[in-house]
This record gives sequence, C-alpha cells and structure tokens, in this order.
Amino acid sequence: MAGEERVFHYLCIDCPLGCRLEVTDDEAKAIVEIRGFTCKKGKVYGAQEHTDPRRMVTTTVAAEGGVVARLPVRTSASVPRDRVLEVCRALSGVTVAAPVAIGQVIVTDVANTGADIVATRDLPVA
Amino acid sequence: MITGRPSHIAGSYDLVVSGGGPAGMAAAIGARKAGAGKVLIADRESQAGGILWQCIHTGFGLHHFKEDLTGPEYAQRYLEQVLDNGIDILSDALVADIDRGRRIKLMSADHGIHVVEARSVVLAMGSRERTRGAIRIPGDRPSGVLTAGLAQKFVNIKGYLPGRRVVILGSGDIGLIMARRLTLEGVEVEGVYEIMPHANGLTRNVVQCLHDFDIPLHLSHTVVHIEGRERLRKVTVAPVDDDLEPVMAKCRDIPCDTLLLSIGLIPENELSRQLNLRLDAVTGGPVVDSSMETSMDGVFACGNVVHIHDLVDFVSQESVLAGGSAGDFVGGRRRPADNIRLIPGDNVAYCVPHTISSNREHTVYLRVRRPVEKCQVRLGDVYTKKLRYVFPAEMVNLKVRPRFLADFSGDALRVNVEAR
Repeated sequence: MAGEERVFHYLCIDCPLGCRLEVTDDEAKAIVEIRGFTCKKGKVYGAQEHTDPRRMVTTTVAAEGGVVARLPVRTSASVPRDRVLEVCRALSGVTVAAPVAIGQVIVTDVANTGADIVATRDLPVA
Repeated sequence: MITGRPSHIAGSYDLVVSGGGPAGMAAAIGARKAGAGKVLIADRESQAGGILWQCIHTGFGLHHFKEDLTGPEYAQRYLEQVLDNGIDILSDALVADIDRGRRIKLMSADHGIHVVEARSVVLAMGSRERTRGAIRIPGDRPSGVLTAGLAQKFVNIKGYLPGRRVVILGSGDIGLIMARRLTLEGVEVEGVYEIMPHANGLTRNVVQCLHDFDIPLHLSHTVVHIEGRERLRKVTVAPVDDDLEPVMAKCRDIPCDTLLLSIGLIPENELSRQLNLRLDAVTGGPVVDSSMETSMDGVFACGNVVHIHDLVDFVSQESVLAGGSAGDFVGGRRRPADNIRLIPGDNVAYCVPHTISSNREHTVYLRVRRPVEKCQVRLGDVYTKKLRYVFPAEMVNLKVRPRFLADFSGDALRVNVEAR
C-alpha cells in the first residue's frame, strides 16, 4: 500500500441515529474510504466534515438605546469551523445603536472570512 | 418596526389567547383564518415571541418555513403575520383568572385590571424549567446555581455573564446550546454531566456545541453536593449505578462559580388547574381531543402547555389547529365528537391528542420511553408504520388517515412502538 493511511472519527449529525463514521485518508489528505454510515447523507457529511468543516456562527453584539441590551446576529454564510472563536473575538468590541432592522449588515467580511455579520431581529428604540 | 399595543381593551372578544409565544401567535392566526373576528393575545413580556427571542441559534423553521432560521427570525416572522392579521397583543399583561363562564381577568401594566368576556379561549402558557428543588441536590444554597434558560436570557438579552467557570448538569438541548454559547463568550465550561447513559439532546448539538470545543460529556454522572457560602465554590459529582444511584466512593470535587441546570421542562398549568381541566399525569398538561379542545367547552390548548415539544415547527402546526378549532367554535361549526380513545401502550409514554375521530385525518404526536432501532409504531390492529429509529429526545409524528379506521368499530386503540 502506497503512503501512510490515517483514520479519523466523526459523529454524523443528520439524524438522531448519530452514525459513527470512520474516514480514512492518505498522506496527500485525499479520502480513501468512508465507513460506518447507514445512508447516503452520512457519507456526504463524513466527506464534508473531514475536508472542510463549516459552521454558521450565531452570537450577540452590544446594543445601545434599544429595547434590549444585546442584538442577536448571525454570519451571512457558514465559516470554517476553526475560525468560529476568531469571529466571536472580532465582535467583542462592537456596539450598535438602535434602531436596527432585521437583516441589516453590522460588520462586513468579519475576521476576513468573507462572511458578513447580520442582525437577526429588529431592535426598536426603547 | 413591530408594534401592536391596543389603545383600549374591549369588553368582549371572540378569542382570548393566554400567552404570546410561538403557540399563542400561531393559534391566534389560525383562529383569524377560521373566521374569528376580535382576537386578543395577552402576553406577560414587553414583546410577544416568548422564548424564541433568547434562542439566538439556528435550527428553527426547517419544517414550517423550509429554512434554517434563528429563534428571533422565527419570532419576528410570526409576529409580523399576527399584526398583519389584525390581532391585538396586550403585552406586559397576564391572564390572572378564568372562570367557567369564560370571563377572563386580565392584569395589564398599561390598563390595570379588566374583566373581559371571551367566546373562546386558547391556553398557550408554555412551560417552565425544572429547578434544583425538583431533583433535591443536597448542600448549601449559594448564588451561582441557575437554570440553563435563565442563563441564556442573561447572556443573550440582558448582556450579563452568569460566571467564569461553569459546570452544566443535564444534556438537554438548552444545556448543550449554553455550553457553546458561554464558550463563545469566553467563559470556561468544565463539562456537562448527564445522569442517563445517553445524551438527552440532539446529536447535532452534541457535535457542534461540545465536540467542536472539546467540552467533555460525562454520561451516567450527576451532581451530589453543592458548596459555597455567598457564591458557589465547588460542586461534587459522582458516577451513578444501573439504578441511577450515585456511587459515593467514586465522587470528586470540581471548583466552579456557576452550576447550570438543564434537567427538563414542566408545562405551566396554573390556569388549567383553576379551571379544573382534566390533566394527563404523564404530560402534566390538559387532556385534549383531536381539535385541541380541553375538557371544558370552548377552551383549547396548544404548545408546551399540553406537552413538551422539541421543535418549534410542530408547536406552530399544533397551534394553528387549536386556533382554527376555536374559530370554528365561535362560528358555530362544531365537529362531531371523537369516537376513539388512544391508549399509550408498549414503549409509549404518551399520545397527543388523547382522542381521535374515524372520519378525519389527524397528526398524532407521541413520545417513547426507550430508544429502539428498526422499529414500528402500531395502532391497534389497524395500522403499522415502520421507523428506522425512535429516541425519547425526538417526538414521533404519526399521520392517521380515515381509511386506516374504515373497518374499525371499537372505541379505543392501543399505540405501541416495538422492534421489527
């Protein structure tokens, strides 16, 4: 067998069965085999999670003058999993002033991920 | 921007809804679509929407809107529909009392106390979190011990962090969500402890809230002692045996300043009890027929006040039905009474509704007691449906069609979930 094969373990999240997936790749990080899934979705999830795991980030930013003290926000697209904490840190100093409308962009290209930070509710003035 | 405060309270309404969360909002819309004229929602918060405002994560609306929405997005969409339908929302108000003549005592911050006549009522008060008292954890009574949902409100709405080093007891979805939420806010989450041998929340949350941040999940463990004078200083955890009894010889101390409890929800049924409604001992909510009517004429119920749901989409679906039935009741369109009782059988904790009719289509919700793979749900001898799996954490949804019951002449059906 050419090169060193490595096995990685993932838990499929597509349904409550939670299949334990085993993804084998070679030295060039190309997937050799995916095992442990019971449906096609598991296979797709295993490949995605192994090569490029991504997450939507939902958090809040400070708000002034609104009916509540925090504005809930989300990323406009999913970001690489290992950059989630960076995105949150980039928002720690952000304060918005009410009023804010749902869908309003609060930060563009947050932490150079290409994703924007968007308000997920209206925030009327108190 | 969303407003909708009525300038005055009328003397009578076609429908008064108690509670403006997802259940109450959907019920009000359902009633308007079924022809109810004047509809009032009484909600104790300053803005209707209920718990959704603080559930800032995604996972809402996948069934109902076919989109992956956050809680606030789901709430706002619904609230806009409520206002578009000409429904009054009385916020900062609550239903203090209902009598058997459906006279309702409202207590409002803006309008004081009012008694109004309601031709129909929907109970949509939702649920409360179980607290420390429900599981009687021994020890001191310091600050820093709170429910996961309260911590969620502090962090996401009020802008306070509940502590610096947190232990979470219970692996329900709110506990898992808060483990991630606090981590993102820079709080150290020492671990999640679950008395059962399996996680209670969705797999998605175990992976994305715990594994992503290397937060350990300790199954078959519980908190056995709480210590601290003013503020929590440490908790003691221990593994449990097969009877869920703590093995004290193996206990260990964990220094922390905060303990979050995610140990279940209880339907909020003070009003239902005042009305002497028939309650189900398992769900803790009212017994309802297939139109979501309680044991009292013209009083309907829906959402977590009836049984605890895991997805808001099904709350909305059930509540549109309850509201539609209230609208029909007001319009004098009474359906024939149900003729079949549903009896929870093997591995079924409960079924909602409690009765069905053989001449209409129904969605029956049920919850199992134990996980089973490759199983089937069996409705007496008239119908079986194969399922890949069932889990206590995930409600089972069963469509019952009139043709299943065409040849059935009995008055009760047992519902079983069994291995194939």
